Amino acid sequence: MYRFAISRLLQAIPVLLMVITVTFFLVHSAPGGPFSADKAVPPEVIKALEEQYNLNQPVWQQYLSYLGDVIQGDFGPSFKYPGRTVNELITAGLPITAELAFYAMLVALGVGITAGVGASMRPNTMQDYLPMTGAMIGICMPSFLLGPLLVLIFGIHLDWLPVSGWGDIPGDKILPSITLGTGYAAYIARLSRGGMLEVLSQDYIRTARAKGLSERLIIVKHALRGGLIPVVAFLGPAFAGLLAGSFVVETIFQIPGLGRFYVQAAFNRDYTLILGMTIFLSTLIILFNLLSDMLAIWLNPKLRQEIRGTN
Amino acid sequence: MIFYSDKYSTRHHFKALSSDFKALLLLTIVFGLTGCGNNESNVSSGNKTGTLYWGNGTEPQSLDPQIATGVPEHHIISALMEGLVLKDRKTLEPRPGVAESWDITKNGTVYTFKLRDSARWSNGDKHIAQDYVWSWWRALQPALGNLYAYMLFPIKNAQQYYEGDITDFSEVGVKAIDDQTLQVTLNYPTPYFLQLLDHYSLFPVHQATIEKFGTADQRGTRWTYEGNLVSNGPFQLVDWKINRRIVVQSNPYYWDANNVSLKEIVFIPIENIVTEERMFRAGQLHVTSSLPADKISTYREANDPELRVAPYLGTYYYRLNVRKPQFQDPRVRRALAMSVDRQRLVDNITRGGQIPAYAMTPPGTMGYYPKSDLKFDPKGARRLLAEAGYPNGEGFPATEILYNTNEGHRKIAVALQEMWKKNLNVDIRLLNQEWKVYLNSESAGEYEISRAGWIGDYVDPNNFLDLFLCGGGNNRTGWCNEEYDRLILDVAPSKSSHKERLEVFQQAETMLLNEMPIIPIYTYTTVQLVDSSVKNFDANIMNAASYKDIYLQVNQE
Repeated sequence: MYRFAISRLLQAIPVLLMVITVTFFLVHSAPGGPFSADKAVPPEVIKALEEQYNLNQPVWQQYLSYLGDVIQGDFGPSFKYPGRTVNELITAGLPITAELAFYAMLVALGVGITAGVGASMRPNTMQDYLPMTGAMIGICMPSFLLGPLLVLIFGIHLDWLPVSGWGDIPGDKILPSITLGTGYAAYIARLSRGGMLEVLSQDYIRTARAKGLSERLIIVKHALRGGLIPVVAFLGPAFAGLLAGSFVVETIFQIPGLGRFYVQAAFNRDYTLILGMTIFLSTLIILFNLLSDMLAIWLNPKLRQEIRGTN
Repeated sequence: MIFYSDKYSTRHHFKALSSDFKALLLLTIVFGLTGCGNNESNVSSGNKTGTLYWGNGTEPQSLDPQIATGVPEHHIISALMEGLVLKDRKTLEPRPGVAESWDITKNGTVYTFKLRDSARWSNGDKHIAQDYVWSWWRALQPALGNLYAYMLFPIKNAQQYYEGDITDFSEVGVKAIDDQTLQVTLNYPTPYFLQLLDHYSLFPVHQATIEKFGTADQRGTRWTYEGNLVSNGPFQLVDWKINRRIVVQSNPYYWDANNVSLKEIVFIPIENIVTEERMFRAGQLHVTSSLPADKISTYREANDPELRVAPYLGTYYYRLNVRKPQFQDPRVRRALAMSVDRQRLVDNITRGGQIPAYAMTPPGTMGYYPKSDLKFDPKGARRLLAEAGYPNGEGFPATEILYNTNEGHRKIAVALQEMWKKNLNVDIRLLNQEWKVYLNSESAGEYEISRAGWIGDYVDPNNFLDLFLCGGGNNRTGWCNEEYDRLILDVAPSKSSHKERLEVFQQAETMLLNEMPIIPIYTYTTVQLVDSSVKNFDANIMNAASYKDIYLQVNQE
């Protein structure tokens, strides 16, 4: 297991290097620089600014010095927000986005697993069709539609919940968490239904039934562990997706998280901020994938054996 | 059996623990999501405590008045800082600010300001005339990257110093005679100079604070952070949470502190104007920065007193690239301009109360109402186009309208495309580009027609007409007329009377409209929502709020 983790971490290094290189040259080749503006910028100013941010050097030289800084964990100063470093902007937004992603994940898991397992217990009945239809709608419903819809209903017409903010007004975390979590809940529902159905048709379940165990005990004790493996495998990419994809929800609900910076950075050609965010999120995605793989191995004795076999 | 029961009991134990844990987790989540406390809206609590909640567009780039450029920054900086002169909150006439009075010599080039004895910085330091000399010196350091350095160019030798032709700052026309007296010498009489003093690039900055956090011309030091920033205006910075809020509170050292009613202003950066409108409806904001265009008619029909539409000192126009063969003939350019039905456009497409524009300068700019013979005249336009060699639009070269990706710009471009097809029978295509790509294409002259907008920095026709000087950075049309340049650069400044000066501008404007390197489309309006409790927040064409005058009062019904 440790060896597996270490080898995966070592594999991550060339992947990250690739990400940095491709992103670096892509952003530098995009038309329009960080300092172009609607109002004409005097040449004196452009010159002074390029000097200050080392943009007057050849691109490969900028690349090497940037790489040197990144290795030391320094993502450099933001171009758009003078006085703010990229590290500072990430630190400001990360806890909020992480919290949002965490609550959304809880919503997704709670709703998704309940619906999926419930559906798998009585396949091809209403108990199956209803939640699965709901899940299909949930997958299709984009958050930029669901969010405003929830706000209109619960925020404006019923006036039960705040329409925006994060931690400013009591209850303002509920709607964003639901909005962000719904799509994932739907996906998890389908995954857990599929996984459970497969497990429930296995011989050892039949054995358990023959022993006369109650259906509840069979599900909880015997089936869930195997049936949820697809969900566990999905958790890593899902959590990374929640972190990176929270932009829409953050915009709808006026949440000061990471996502808004990421998208704005691209529009502003804030080279260092784009790069910093990309590297940071890539690292997270790699780590979460690794974690969910390790969890899957821990849950699945077959995989454990395979790893041992190869070692 | 023993093994079994043992296992069972462990499992049971775990189950008990886990249900406790689950309950705890659930409680944490419920509290985390809901928090504790009451559910009073920002507006009603703010009205009691004197806190104004202000929708402020985007996260400010910087609060350094000599680096910042945008409107959101302007709002915050104008609450924190003050220039020598203020503007009247309705008419925008100059009013005493840090300077209690001033004298202007007869020839209009030497201004002597008398500073208030009671002027203080927010840390209690005395605020003196030398502060301005230092601040303006800093504003003219190219390394600082001040995009508004040109606002200081009316001052004698300022431009030469900025461009490096002069290295001795003492030759620049700004001198502190003593602590309370500042003398400013201009290149030539500049009637709008007093207005410039209320622009943030000419605001004073606190030398000791800036030098504590870096050198004077260093960009992006931490001197503007909460806890560091020392300012001289009615409010001081107390909190800055990135992308969340900026909070300013009244400054006890401000010279007019007794007349400042608001205790606190919370500036909230809200990029999504749909969200902003929802927040306003939920009572979380007193004032929004904008209103989605498709909601304007709803508020209009409801006769909502909270809707505010006011003229804005800005012109929406199209640039014509005169370097392209089809636009070298002014008759073609005029034909395009004459076949735009501006009234229909503002009534049906933009719908924000915009005023059709037939000249570059917005009407009423410092008493200037540009005369223009431009009107909607499809017949005349067709005739001109035929004279230029394209009868009934035949043989008109492939032409594109370039605009930056935005739904509003797209709708206008589609409408114009349709008008030109219908009135001139020319086929014009649309090309949208992402903002920075569009800026790049436009400054490189890689376009035929491009959409543009200009918002005035100060209220004077000069600010609109000097855009089109030969080779000017904001011209970008390739149009150049030496006579026009002479009128703007030499003749207008030499006129001593306001009336004569406006006549020169009229001459230049007529020249511009005859040659038509641009097509004026409409004069901007500001459309926003303002809660009825906000008083003394008057609409003016700069959309500049005088925060020191605003107070909150709930209407008695």
